[in-house]
Amino acid sequence: MAEGKSILVDTSRCTACRGCQIACKQWNGLQGTHTKQAGSYENPGDLSDQTYKIVRFAEGKNGDGKPYWYFFSESCRHCLSPGCMAVAEKDEIVVDEKTGAVLYTPATKDLDFKETLKGCPYNIPRQNPTTKVLSKCTMCFDRITNDLIPACAKSCPTGAIQFGERDAILAAAKKRVEELKKTFPKAAALDADEVRLIYIVTDDPKKYWKYAAAK
Amino acid sequence: MTNHWIDLKNSDVILVMGSNAAANHPISMKWVMKAKDNGGKLICVDPRYTQTAARADYYAPLRSGTDIAFLGGMINYMLQKDKYFKDYVVNYTNAPFIVGDKYEFTDGLFAGYDPKKRSYDKALWGLKKDAKGMPEKDTTLQNPRCVLQLLKKHYSRYTPEKVSEITGTPIPDLMKVYEIYSETAVKDKVGTIMYAMGWTQHTVGVQNIRAMSMIQLLCGNMGMAGGGVNAMRGESNVQGSTDQALLFHILPGYLGAPAASLATFAKFNEVRTPKTADPMSANWWQNFPKYSTSLLKSFFGDTATAENEFGYAWLPKLDDGQNCSWLNLFDTMYNGKIKGFFAWGQNPACSGANANKVRKALAKLDWLVNVNIFDNETGSFWKGPGMKPKEIKTEVFMLPCAASIEKEGSISNSGRWAQWRYKAANPPGDAKPDGDIMYELMEKIRELYKKDGGKFPTPILNLKWDYATDHVFDAHKVAKQINGYFLKDITLKDPTGKDLPFKKGDLVPSFAFLQADGSTSCGNWIYCGSYTGKGNMMARRTKNDPTGLGLFAEWSWCWPVNRRVLYNRASTDLNGQPWDPKRAIVKWDGKAWVGDVPDGPWPPPANKEKGKHPFIMKPDGVASIYGPGLNDGPFPEHYEPLECPVPQNAMSKQFINPTIKIFAGEMDKHFTCDPRFPFVCTTYRVTEHWQTGIMTRWQSWLIEAQPQVFVEMSEELAQMRGIKNGDMVKVTSPRGEVDCVAMVTTRFRPFKLGNLVVHQVGMPWCFGWITPKDGGESSNLLTPNVGDPNTMIPESKAFMVNVTKAKGGA
Repeated sequence: MAEGKSILVDTSRCTACRGCQIACKQWNGLQGTHTKQAGSYENPGDLSDQTYKIVRFAEGKNGDGKPYWYFFSESCRHCLSPGCMAVAEKDEIVVDEKTGAVLYTPATKDLDFKETLKGCPYNIPRQNPTTKVLSKCTMCFDRITNDLIPACAKSCPTGAIQFGERDAILAAAKKRVEELKKTFPKAAALDADEVRLIYIVTDDPKKYWKYAAAK
Repeated sequence: MTNHWIDLKNSDVILVMGSNAAANHPISMKWVMKAKDNGGKLICVDPRYTQTAARADYYAPLRSGTDIAFLGGMINYMLQKDKYFKDYVVNYTNAPFIVGDKYEFTDGLFAGYDPKKRSYDKALWGLKKDAKGMPEKDTTLQNPRCVLQLLKKHYSRYTPEKVSEITGTPIPDLMKVYEIYSETAVKDKVGTIMYAMGWTQHTVGVQNIRAMSMIQLLCGNMGMAGGGVNAMRGESNVQGSTDQALLFHILPGYLGAPAASLATFAKFNEVRTPKTADPMSANWWQNFPKYSTSLLKSFFGDTATAENEFGYAWLPKLDDGQNCSWLNLFDTMYNGKIKGFFAWGQNPACSGANANKVRKALAKLDWLVNVNIFDNETGSFWKGPGMKPKEIKTEVFMLPCAASIEKEGSISNSGRWAQWRYKAANPPGDAKPDGDIMYELMEKIRELYKKDGGKFPTPILNLKWDYATDHVFDAHKVAKQINGYFLKDITLKDPTGKDLPFKKGDLVPSFAFLQADGSTSCGNWIYCGSYTGKGNMMARRTKNDPTGLGLFAEWSWCWPVNRRVLYNRASTDLNGQPWDPKRAIVKWDGKAWVGDVPDGPWPPPANKEKGKHPFIMKPDGVASIYGPGLNDGPFPEHYEPLECPVPQNAMSKQFINPTIKIFAGEMDKHFTCDPRFPFVCTTYRVTEHWQTGIMTRWQSWLIEAQPQVFVEMSEELAQMRGIKNGDMVKVTSPRGEVDCVAMVTTRFRPFKLGNLVVHQVGMPWCFGWITPKDGGESSNLLTPNVGDPNTMIPESKAFMVNVTKAKGGA
């Protein structure tokens, strides 16, 4: 499964600047929704038909009593075997052969949204309440098929988000995890064999976001 | 910055303190991460565990307003353990110099304090000089009156226990930070500091910076790649604005502005031009008259002649001792003494400390001109909360202006790189670039002076004002005048003695060629070389980096003379050989310096005839560990903020900075260690909004990400006040109140100050009433109008508040 594209999201380099979140909105022409400050930097509260990427914030205390603050730039994993496709019958959802991007067509309006969502271990697909079309991250398909990198990767100042050939991304992930393990024994690449959008974490994935890793 | 952004990647240890660089200078983290990739360490010291802390190898907390205690402890640690770079300190700093007999320090006060004037007689702090005027020194550093021994004595009081009692930083955290940072006190390791308003916005702001500069000198980090003292400026072009003298106390190029008692140009130049007895000191400011004369020629053109002192009499003068900085300005406005005000590209109603006073002050004006891209709380002050429009007589004008990408010109970043920008789009509607507005306004003003006369038309009418092409403002013409011209044919010599002929009208290629006789004009000597016969150097975009150190010498142009790292000759030994050959920024090859533009072409100091010391802007040629020029002392000393949570200063009997100005009007309330305001408060920015938010609060993606004002507080404080995460709360200070959302977090922890437990909270200052309707107000309604005694920058980073749950629930 080393063909096609992949995206590496190295949370150990992320500063939660929200460049990725905003760049995604800008490129896809999505709306800013009305939100409230609920006691967190995280906003909006969830993915939606207007939000394909959210930086999740999670905080707590470590064993030594010192605080931690983890950032998780959440979006669709572009699985190699997408669970959301389980209920699709007629190419409502397609996987691009060359890149591996998992794409929702307008025909997704005919799918059972609840069932589609159940199939996704990462709680990603969302539905436009009016048109009923399903939406999520497109891997910036229109950009990557025109020699550009995804908007989120382009905006990321620290190189936390990297886009490239899958085999190169897998190699980079492996190397980075090895390096990080010197300081963070729990460092890991999440579900690297199953997904194209691979997260690197330095702690238990559940501390970042409940859907960070598939069970 | 003494260094620049990309240079951060060369550091072994990066200390981020007085800043949340990850949130507020996000692109800087690109270079910080590269430093980490190369094995470098990031240390973050902050009252709050921030986004920067999340990426740090080590985080230590400290109470806002106690940075000098923290850094003083580091100086003490380094000196007690002999962890400083001796060769560097002996040869390149004033550490060996003997301090005069009159200097002393007792229990918080330096010699020469006048409690009535609230100021020092700095003459008592002078260094000892011999009959020739050369500083006396002891290069063994043993003389008890030498700077190093006085330094050691001063900071011997900053023991880990005392520091911890003041800062609330646990002792193990202090020691760990000191240990890691002092690793760079050797010649092949280098450390840097990234700081911002968390250090400057205090009544001890300048001394905060001084303390770190002293540490950098003790470590030998100044002038090194990956070292230096690096201020992260808060706006993309604020460096440009201070370079071009937006502030009242300077003329372009940091020439001290004239006071009225400097009645002649000759007297002005004499007072501003330092002298040195040391033939090995370049004393570069000795060239001051060349820069002041060239500046006057740029202002007044042909009307400025030797006979009329180049128009010196036409320059506005300050009254002796007059200080027109922000806090004084708005106090004067509040007292009804200012008729008109241009709020140009700013939003004082939300950015000014004690913003209620600012808003009331605006109501005293006859007229206000709001030049901005959008409406804001300043332009619309008269219909803001608590205002009675019918009673306000201020006539307000809105001049919509172009955004940064809708006009051409240079933007000078924190690293002094002036990068030329092209125009990408037309401004909408009637909006004009600021340059066009200024040019057209002045043309009209000159026309009126010509027609109607006025109090003093001469300077206005004599102004050289030819900055338009086809009646439209031309940024290139301004840029060229800032660079400067030869005003007559002249043949000069280059450093090798070769003839260099210049013609009248040629652009001057370097400030080394500026003259004091009126034959050159230059709008800003430090930008001389930015736009020359070779073209617009600021517009260059070549990515060559032969040293691999990230100098990119052909990408744009930086001042001075495209020198990327200031004081870079201090990165070499007395023979000009790099202390650290792995990161050689300059190197003497026997005939010349190779690498970055050297900080002076002269040979290294081992050459006693032609060599010069490396700190060429200081009269003695060496850097100041002892700094007798500042208003509040030659050594930084911990004083509590004007509003603080403790009944006394644990370090000395002197509670607060003894030289600060304390406003005492009805709007200037402040209470310290007062049970009604028991919590320390600080203010900060967020990534999603820009300054007061007047540009970003209108933008739906940004307001979605960061919708309403909040106060971050510890779980302990929240429990004490019955506050849950997300609850509405009220934050009050002696000056105002802000309703906001509680963000209860593990990232603020209570501080143990000896036996006291002190809580701290923090708020962003990016909100204001104009939009969104449910966004909330500016936290500057809470901050105090008290400032640093050298700069008058307000103490927005440490003051006292109360936090209570809002009545009526969320």
